[in-house]
Amino acid sequence: MTAMVRAEQVCKSFGALEVLKGIMLEVQTGEVLVLVGPSGSGKSTFLRCINHLERVDAGRLYVDGELVGYRERGGRLHELTPKDAARQRRDVGMVFQHFNLFPHRTALENISEAPIHVKGVKRDTAVTQARELLDQVGLSAKADAYPAQLSGGQQQRVAIARALAMQPKLMLFDEPTSALDPELVGEVLAVMKRLASAGMTMVVVTHEMGFAREVADQIVFMDGGVIVESGAPHEVMTNPKHERTKAFLSKVM
Amino acid sequence: MTHTDAPRSPQTSAASIDAIPLRHPWRWVGAGAILVLAALFVYGAATNPAYGWPTYLKYLFDERVSQAAWNTLQLTIYSMAIGLGLGVILAVMRLSPNPVFGAVAWVYLWIFRGTPVYVQLVFWGLFPSIYQNIRLGVPFGPTFFQLNLQGMSIAFVLAFVGLGLNEAAYMAEIIRAGISSVPEGQTEASTALGMSWWMTMRRTILPQAMRVIIPPTGNELISMLKTTSLVTAVPYTLELYTRTRDISAVIFQPIPLLLVAATWYLVITSVLMVGQFYLERYFSRGASRKLTAKQLDALARAQLGEGHL
Repeated sequence: MTAMVRAEQVCKSFGALEVLKGIMLEVQTGEVLVLVGPSGSGKSTFLRCINHLERVDAGRLYVDGELVGYRERGGRLHELTPKDAARQRRDVGMVFQHFNLFPHRTALENISEAPIHVKGVKRDTAVTQARELLDQVGLSAKADAYPAQLSGGQQQRVAIARALAMQPKLMLFDEPTSALDPELVGEVLAVMKRLASAGMTMVVVTHEMGFAREVADQIVFMDGGVIVESGAPHEVMTNPKHERTKAFLSKVM
Repeated sequence: MTHTDAPRSPQTSAASIDAIPLRHPWRWVGAGAILVLAALFVYGAATNPAYGWPTYLKYLFDERVSQAAWNTLQLTIYSMAIGLGLGVILAVMRLSPNPVFGAVAWVYLWIFRGTPVYVQLVFWGLFPSIYQNIRLGVPFGPTFFQLNLQGMSIAFVLAFVGLGLNEAAYMAEIIRAGISSVPEGQTEASTALGMSWWMTMRRTILPQAMRVIIPPTGNELISMLKTTSLVTAVPYTLELYTRTRDISAVIFQPIPLLLVAATWYLVITSVLMVGQFYLERYFSRGASRKLTAKQLDALARAQLGEGHL
């Protein structure tokens, strides 16, 4: 069985700045991987590489056995056409720190937008599905509200529903609760927990150690563009082997 | 799971506030002073024979003048349509990842913003002398289609094409500013959902950019209405200003006809402003936290009816 995500020596630089220095990891189908680490450690960049928002400079990155952003032909890599790259991204949902909902569309329209216009789902079907998703994230009463009329937690839940509407096989979460008021964090984490227990494969960048302990199958600690330590959450969190991990955990827990 | 988003209204309600509103006496004084000055000016203008009010009234609804006003409006609309359409294309080209498109758009802007519109209009007027024939076909080969420009009276077409091509350069910059005002996260979210670059532009970026684009575009439209008076350079003489000037040259009364032209310009501008108001309202949806009347209704009904949402 192929892993949902497989990274082999993934490297990424912005100009002279090396952000990722050979990331190796695997996420099995149905697994939840939590990426932690200080800011600037490259965890968000790695997440963005997974759906090719950033291009990988060296190494190989596979999603569901398919090379991300390139095609291998005759022993050489060819860049994917924008169309093929877009097709790859359809199967990967992404949730952003600042929600990035479409402000000119209602909650319902935000969710049905991509199914209708990207996948070509019939409007009625897409709207019905969008209502179900809104219900799942506990916001069926807010279907006609615009994002500016929703609280941060509500916006993020709509954003999760929007990503789910494309029926992705993998969900990426880029610090989904970092921009929220503390009292709103719980409602977003609750939705994510339910998603995880429903069997969704997830890669989550977060500072919520409680969430990591409870939900993660695997926790990866990154620092300076490398993986310092990884393993089951209780091992890494209760018994960190590296000094840097210890120092980081003592600050966030 | 149910959410109670609004606190339940308490059973006992406090007496509503009945305070004396703040008075603004100086506003009344200022308004009064301005009214007096305005009345004096109107009286002076009405009694001054130099304004030639009888002539003004005679020519205000003169058929030649109203036809000229219609021509002016047509020139404005056609040239703005070209300016807007081409402006969107140029702005998107400038921002596109394709360097060839970017360079073409840049050169276009450089030329059309870098030369006076009057000069451009004179050039378009001379266009039929430079290119007498337009032939469509294989170079040095057979011709499929031929257009003899010199044999046609195309001053009107040249006038609005000339204005439109010039306007496109300015519109492109306005639209580019609008597009740049949309946060990068919007592009990222669209990309992550599998939208193509063009679909992202069309469905996500441009509708949001409209909010920034419309006010300066309204400016451009009104400015265009008045710039049409320059098409006499083509020469096209049947628009409002040139037409009224031609009439006044015959009857030796420039002032009343100037006022006639000004009145028509003002009326058309006012109509355009109404249109702008509704456009702005449409594209500002979602921009404010304020609930629309419809949403407030729904919430009030929910509060009365179901108790909690």
